Amino acid sequence: MSSILTLAILPLIGALLVAVLPNENVLRIKQAALGTTVLTALFGIFIATKFVSSDTTFQFTQKLEWIPSFSINFALGVDGLALVLILMSVVLVPIVLLAGWHESEGGRWSAKVFYILILVLETMMIGVFAATDLFLFYVIFEAMLIPVYFLIGGYGSGERAAAAVKFLIYSLFGGLLMLASIIGLYVISNNAGHATFDITELSQLHTVMSSSTQNLLFLGFFIAFAIKAPLWPLHTWLPDAAKAATPGTSVLLLGVLDKVGTFGMIRFCITIFPDASKTFTPVIIVLSVISIIYGAFLAIRARDLKRLIAYTSISHFGFITMGIFAMTTQGQSGATFYMFNHGFSTAALFIVGGWMISRRGSSTIADFGGLQRITPVMAWMFFIAGMSSLALPGLSSFVSEFLVLVGTYTRYPVAAVIATIGIVLAALYILIPVQKVLHGPTTAGNEDLPDLNLREKIAIAPVIAVIVAFGFYPSPLLNIINPTSAHVIHDAGFTDPAPTEIAGK
Amino acid sequence: MNTSTSLVYLIALPLAGAAALLLGGRRTDKWGHLLATALSASSFAVGLYQLSAMLGRSTEQRAVTQKLFSWIAVGNFNIDAALLLDQLSICFVLLITGVGTLIHIYSISYMEHDENRRRFFAYLNLFIAAMLLLVLGNSYLNLYVGWEGVGLASYLLIGFWNQKPAYATASKKAFIMNRVGDMGLSFAIMIAFATLGTTTFAGIAEVAPQASKAALTAIGIMLLVAATGKSAQFPLQAWLGDAMAGPTPVSALIHAATMVTAGVYLIVRSHFIFDLAPTAQLLVVIVGAITLLLGALIGTAKDDIKKALAASTMSQIGYMVLGAGLGPAGYAFAIMHLLTHGFFKASMFLGAGSVMHGMNDEVNMRKFGNLRKFMPITFVTFALGYLAIIGVPPFAGFYSKDAIIETAFNAGGVKGVILGSVALLGAAITAFYMSRVMILTFTSKARWDDDAHPHESPALMWIPIAILAVGSVASGFLFTRGHALVNWLTPVVGEHTGEHEELLAPIVVSGLALLAVVIGVAIAVIKYQLAEVENVAPENVSGLTRFVRKDLGQDALNEALFMRPGIVLTEVAEQLDVKVIDGAVCGVANMAIGSGSTLRRTQTGFARSYAAFILIGAVALIAGIWVVTQ
Repeated sequence: MSSILTLAILPLIGALLVAVLPNENVLRIKQAALGTTVLTALFGIFIATKFVSSDTTFQFTQKLEWIPSFSINFALGVDGLALVLILMSVVLVPIVLLAGWHESEGGRWSAKVFYILILVLETMMIGVFAATDLFLFYVIFEAMLIPVYFLIGGYGSGERAAAAVKFLIYSLFGGLLMLASIIGLYVISNNAGHATFDITELSQLHTVMSSSTQNLLFLGFFIAFAIKAPLWPLHTWLPDAAKAATPGTSVLLLGVLDKVGTFGMIRFCITIFPDASKTFTPVIIVLSVISIIYGAFLAIRARDLKRLIAYTSISHFGFITMGIFAMTTQGQSGATFYMFNHGFSTAALFIVGGWMISRRGSSTIADFGGLQRITPVMAWMFFIAGMSSLALPGLSSFVSEFLVLVGTYTRYPVAAVIATIGIVLAALYILIPVQKVLHGPTTAGNEDLPDLNLREKIAIAPVIAVIVAFGFYPSPLLNIINPTSAHVIHDAGFTDPAPTEIAGK
Repeated sequence: MNTSTSLVYLIALPLAGAAALLLGGRRTDKWGHLLATALSASSFAVGLYQLSAMLGRSTEQRAVTQKLFSWIAVGNFNIDAALLLDQLSICFVLLITGVGTLIHIYSISYMEHDENRRRFFAYLNLFIAAMLLLVLGNSYLNLYVGWEGVGLASYLLIGFWNQKPAYATASKKAFIMNRVGDMGLSFAIMIAFATLGTTTFAGIAEVAPQASKAALTAIGIMLLVAATGKSAQFPLQAWLGDAMAGPTPVSALIHAATMVTAGVYLIVRSHFIFDLAPTAQLLVVIVGAITLLLGALIGTAKDDIKKALAASTMSQIGYMVLGAGLGPAGYAFAIMHLLTHGFFKASMFLGAGSVMHGMNDEVNMRKFGNLRKFMPITFVTFALGYLAIIGVPPFAGFYSKDAIIETAFNAGGVKGVILGSVALLGAAITAFYMSRVMILTFTSKARWDDDAHPHESPALMWIPIAILAVGSVASGFLFTRGHALVNWLTPVVGEHTGEHEELLAPIVVSGLALLAVVIGVAIAVIKYQLAEVENVAPENVSGLTRFVRKDLGQDALNEALFMRPGIVLTEVAEQLDVKVIDGAVCGVANMAIGSGSTLRRTQTGFARSYAAFILIGAVALIAGIWVVTQ
């Protein structure tokens, strides 16, 4: 059994363990879930150390026949792109559980169900990034919606049911389009003489596709991913979902699940349809730039902490998509690294924001004030999370954001220039709430808020450590990412633009 | 190029201090300030060691580098974490750590009764580390990290007392206006990489001669934008006055002696671009000339002693930018004025802090007067700084400012005449408003509040001021003796090949400058020393005075141009999102499913329907496949 399959199964075993534990013993259930996810995270990191970064083919592969009559296999494997996203996912899950220790209580169903849902979701998160069979990917892509739907609808707050449905309708719509494209792709592979769902084989297929076919099939995939990511104007489900979900679920939703969208753009859109990607790039770059600025505008005006974080993510996903479709190695590597960093900075914001909200009993920004002098540690954590979100140099998000900008500039200078305005807007959308929440005199209702306890400090420490450490020394991750990015760009038929002013270089 | 293994300690020592104090928390309250001061001093010691090593090497061998590790490497974009110490950066290293350490010592006493003194010292150390990185980075991206690092430290220190909403707003304003400048730096780096393929100073210097004027001009202008943000130059100058919300030692260190001069460093460091981009260079002198007048004018209308000094900082940096824009003839003089200004302005700011310390934190000069009797040391040191800034020989500012005025006159043609005249006019106004500060605070009649009991500050505060005052007296003379500083910097910034005829002989320029000073001082003496000064600002003043008091409308302009349109834009985006985009999506969804009410009713059962959808989808998929494979 390959180590990736083992990794994917670990949380599932944890889910079974939780399932057999008695309902009343909530603490034991929590411990079992946390223990499983910590073990999964450690094993994930161990796998990463065994990864050969210079090899651009899938590694740790596992292939089991599933539905042989349709050439469908249960096939797993990782490249640099998949590996960093899996790493991010498995590290975030235990942090989310520890940070939101009480999130499972007071939901529509028992704590046990909550943890089973999370653990099953973790298995799917690993699977969706590791799937090397398109059909398998699709099944997990769709199936993932179910635990998220129940996590929002069952354990969220406010208009949770409506938000969960909105999330589902959007995803369903995208999923159906993708399904149509998948069928089309299968048909084409069959007509070409070799029916397959294998991703590597499908990436050879573009030579036999007419450009109109490519364009249509590309759109089916792209719209599904653009909803997931989400890209303007397909984003309106996100703020509602983030507002209704528990902070932990929001971390998984925005930090991990949304990455399936940007991951898919690289893995499927560019790799399988390089020509169509080229055709649609200008449109996508424009949409990305709109997302960056538009998301930032909404964030500047946000009155609700959770919505604020969701809007900042729309802006950040704009950066990621722009980097992906800039078709340069800097843009591509920057975008992949951005996905990783966004996972952690969004986690920091949602986790600390979640603590503030549960203490204050409100998520309205105006209800807070002067927290720096009441809860200094929590205030610091919120501040650092904010600095990470505005990509302060020295933090990991800066490295990725700058790579995206410089990688875009060499090919699309105008887009990069407009997107760079986003760094000023980011200062606004972070520092305005920082001032309202942390600074000024302590306002009524905030005087007695307790500062972080030991559990909370332990939960947030690794997130901050990742944000700082990889800003200072990003090489370990860039070394994993770079060969895959270069491979994707090369296979799509692009080379990095040479310096324009230097002759003969 | 020679390598060194000890450059990193310059930065690592204060950085470790900041980390220890911030992570150590309240446990380090008792000794945190001592640790921070010691670490800043050790960084200064490393700097001195580096200087002596540098002096021991021949001119061509003086620069040293240290590569720490490969920081970002993707495709051709290769950035090392690497440091460069040459004749230019050593000047800054010693200024930053030297003045920085003195200000640490001063702050031990100044911040003694603040319950968050430890945090203050942590920020100071953080600032020193970031500022050193800014001047030691060997590429624009390394510089960028220090550049925003000092911005962060500045934000934290301006807002040190951010429980006061106005102070919190001031810190936010500084950060955001600086970010506008940082955007310029981002653009410069992007353009440099796209056109020249590198972002290191050495790399760009090597290939710049091959590049087109258009590319270099674009890079130059973007670097200038960055400089205007950090150095509070027109049009990004409006944050500096508000930044005086920070504790006074911060104003002395960050908002006078070091951080705000980073823009000048950036321009001089990028001489290889500006030398080849005359248009960008012209813009530099224009920005410098406008700001030196703007700052001086604002300085005439300030009653807040710190804000008057801040306006003067803006104006003096205008002189430096002007000098830097004059090319090889002016680079060394810009740096010289930067260094002498570092002494005299830091000394005056600390003096202002000393006055505030003795006057219940009062900053309104209309409530001072006659303090020379009660604070003799502060008075003498402040007076030395004052004589230096207005340019009285043989004090430091005389040498450095005169050199810039002279170079401006000799810039050639109409340009030279205009720039020289502006610089002279600025000198006259400087003499006026600084005399005003001097008179209102120290020599006019006392106008104190009843509860004021002015007294001299403790030794821990006046000794650092006295040391800086020595610099205000002697540094100019030392720097110019045998063209010491010019010769020292020539290997870095290039030699001046006198291409213009001297318009005016140096002695004439000095004479004119002194005349300007005399006029400025005389007006101030007549208006403030010989006449009665009211303890509240008179209201029956001309519209022009009112305009100057409002900082020449800089905030109103920013509000009209950016803030209000920005608010409207975000409002539009919000409405668009709710009404148009979300509305359309929900509308389509409702149409597809039936109607809005149906959607509401079926919500709870929706998961079940969804399961059915997936099932149908899977069946459709398999059926589709079956059909086409037949």
